[in-house]
Parts: sequence; structure tokens; C-alpha cells
Amino acid sequence: MSPAPKSNAWQPAAALKELQLRADILKHIRTFFATREVLEVETPLMCRTSVTDPFIESVPALYQFHSQTVAEQFYLQTSPEYAMKRLLAAGSGSIFQICKAFRQAENGCLHNPEFTMLEWYRIGFNHLHLMDEVDALLIEILQTTASDKITYAELFASQLDIDVHIDSLETLHNVAKHNHIHITDDIYDRDTWLSLLLTHCIEPTLGSDRPCIIYDFPVSQAALARANADGKTAARFEVYYRGMELANGFHELQDATEQRRRFIENNKKRSSLQLNEMPIDENFLSALQAGLPDCAGVALGVDRLIMLASGKHFIQDVMSFDISRV
Amino acid sequence: MSSFGLNEIRSGMKLIIDGDPCVVVDNEFVKPGKGQAFSRLRYRNLKTGRVIERTYKSGDSIPAADVVEIDAQYLYGDGNAWHFMAAETFEQFALHEAEVADAKIWLKEQAECKLTLWNGLPILVVPPTFVVLKIIETDPGLKGDTAGSGGKPAKLESGAVVRVPLFVQEGELIKVDTRNGEYVSRAKE
Repeated sequence: MSPAPKSNAWQPAAALKELQLRADILKHIRTFFATREVLEVETPLMCRTSVTDPFIESVPALYQFHSQTVAEQFYLQTSPEYAMKRLLAAGSGSIFQICKAFRQAENGCLHNPEFTMLEWYRIGFNHLHLMDEVDALLIEILQTTASDKITYAELFASQLDIDVHIDSLETLHNVAKHNHIHITDDIYDRDTWLSLLLTHCIEPTLGSDRPCIIYDFPVSQAALARANADGKTAARFEVYYRGMELANGFHELQDATEQRRRFIENNKKRSSLQLNEMPIDENFLSALQAGLPDCAGVALGVDRLIMLASGKHFIQDVMSFDISRV
Repeated sequence: MSSFGLNEIRSGMKLIIDGDPCVVVDNEFVKPGKGQAFSRLRYRNLKTGRVIERTYKSGDSIPAADVVEIDAQYLYGDGNAWHFMAAETFEQFALHEAEVADAKIWLKEQAECKLTLWNGLPILVVPPTFVVLKIIETDPGLKGDTAGSGGKPAKLESGAVVRVPLFVQEGELIKVDTRNGEYVSRAKE
């Protein structure tokens, strides 16, 4: 995206038609959840802590409690996940939220550092049940036909003839080379190779005529999903449609000790990548300790949903003012 | 020399990659929700003209290349070198075989060209998009033929050989598109 010429930078990036479509889709989403008796909630966008994920950077915000005191560092939230889980632990029942999320240095055709996220949690669902509900939402809003569903391992086996759990890093490197991916950096990490192959070789044609849901990710990419009984995979899924990642969901991890271990692991990884360690959200861990009900949750990019509904290829085309105009 | 982070690299920027000056064609930001961010960079090597695609981690940076394009007039060739003069400064540059490369078959004295300079030294010349050149050699064609048929080869004063319609004769001037080497029309002086 080249910056817009100064003279008309005040004007919206999206046409009025796309802004109307956005309003219609937001209304539609709210109706979808109202009929399912899922409660709409709001949680803070500015918090004292944020995610520890090595590849998600939070935007810091400085806040002064009194005009005379030193400003304290807060973070704009990269997703409302932790706060929503605190509500779940407090007995909210199934909930959804439509909110803004912020991510540092994410800007491109499919990314704007501030974007709209739909996130919802369903009590008593596992990830497979929730995949069906995501599918139902897409059928309603985008008039899609039922999704293809394939495990992460099956996808890599069928598309690239790779065994994601066994093949050596050298094999992954060779597959990348064979697919004309030239990368200058050394990659010593299996998940980075897999992510490179997924984004470069598989994703562009994934879900070309109907959505495709990938599930049971390698346990090393579990994020906040619980591990499956096989020990190798986690109850995580991602939804792709027309070559674009649209949603990410989990059968949620309930174990506070395991969650703390993952946060610490993340921070170790961050240190090794020369990134600052993030403060751990103790309130969230306390909520898990108190008891998160058995549930599944998913986050979906609303701007991308509107792109799909309008056939636009640039996220800027469905936003009132993208980062180049704010 | 300064360098650019992958996140700020835009099409048209000039960079040094593998020791060669390059111009960015496009830079696609690829980032899975929870995974490593990559930049898929497509760039043209300014020395070879080849477009190459390469993936970087988004945290990387690439050194900037001091590359400028100037207007320059082709003066003459002396068998060794091709001599040009900058339109603005009148500075003269002598280019060798490797730098004139594909352009040399289109060069006629006084042609207004684009010269690419890297650190002040010429690395590439682009001839005018359209040139008018005299045919110095072609088979006699049939009268009444139209441009529709297959045509015939014609050698031009600058050394290029292009396909021309059968009715075009030796000694005539023709207009040629240097981007694809195709005959456009007959021309007057």
C-alpha cells in the first residue's frame, strides 16, 4: 500500500457501500448470537498485561492515574481472550464480543494494526462442535457451502507429502526449495518451517470454493488449546476461505499450571528472539485456578469477513480509515 | 549506507541484495495469526534485469542502494565503449558491453536514453521506447502487400534485426518499439 496523496488523505479508505455492508454484517452477527442466546459482552481494550506470544506484539499505551504521577505502561489488547475467560470463570455462560484489537507492525493487504475482531466462547463445546458453529455463521453471512475439514497433518501430507511430526528440518527445507521459496535466514525451528510452507505453498489456494477448516495443530503450536490424548496434537483449528486466514479457535485449556508453564516458555522464546519479556496476566491465571468451565472459543477477523462478502482484496477497502489515514 | 526494515520496504525502493543493486517490484506482508511474520519480496536485479522472489523474516533489514536514473544522450561508439552525456550536467559516461547489453542494438547517435547510476557509476541504459531507424538491408518485397502477412527480416542501421511487412523497402525509415522489438510503422525523417 503506498500512502494516499496528502490532498485527499482526509477521505475514507472504504466506499460508502462497504461501510453499509459492514453495518449489515455486524447486525447479522448480533442476530446470529441472539438467537443462540449467547450474551454480548465488552471487556477492556487497555490492560496492564498482554499476550506473551513470541510472534504477537502488543502496542503499548501510557496512562497516568493522576496528572502529577509517572505514567504507567499499559497495553492495547491483541485480543479480548484473557478478559473474556475471566468472565467465563465468573459464570457468565456463553459469551461473544465484537471489539477492536491492536497488533504492532502488522500492516499489509490483509493486515491493519487496528482491526475488528469477533470472539466467542461456547460452554460445553469442544473444538469440533465450535467448528460447526463457525461454519453455520459463514453459511449465514457469506452464503458459503459447508466447509471442508481436514487435520493439519492430513493437509501437509496431501499437499506437500510431508509428515509434520516426523520429517526432519532438512526435508522441510528441501520442500520449500522445491517450491521455489528462497529464504536467506537460517530457520532452526520446525514450527517456523511449517508456518512458512503453510503461508507460501498451501494457503494461497486453500478454501478456494468453500471454506476449509484445519484442525488438530501440532501440540507445539497449541497456544491456548488443550493437548489431545495422542500427545502430538492440540485441539486447535483455523478457518481459511479464498486463500485467507479468517479465524482461529481452541478447545480451551483449563489447567492453570500448564497455562503458566506455556507463558514462561513463551517468554523464554521471546528472550531468545531478543524481544522483551511480557508481564504475565496473573488475574487470568487466577481465573483458571478458580475454574474455567469446559468450553471452546474462537476469534474471527471481521474486516476479512467483510472483504470476502464484498469481493475486495485489500483490507483498507473495507475500513473507514486505515493506518495511512489516521 | 542506510538500510530499510522489511516492514517499510515499498515498491520502487532501491536496495542492495547479494551485492547487486535492485529495485523492489512488490513486498507482500505474510503473517499467520499466531506465527512468524514474513515478507515476500519481489525485486528486479538492475544489472541483469531478472525479477527474483525471496522471503525474509519481517524483522530483517536490507541496505539501501544509492541508485538514480538520469536522462542522457547517446553520443557515439568507438568500438570499445558507448559514450553518453547527462542531459542536466553534461557529464560524460563511457559504458561497456555489459552495461549497454540489450540496449546497444537500438542506439543511434543523439538518442535520448535513461541511464541508471549506482554510486555515480553507470550500470544500465534504457533506450527510448520508440526509435526511428533506417533499414540497411532487406529482401525486396511484393508491391500491394499489407501489414497482415508474416513479413520479412530487416536489418537496421543500429544493428537490430526486426520483422517488417513485405512492402517496406531498403533505405526506408521505420518506427520500432524497443520494449518488444516490434515494427510499429513507416516513418519520415
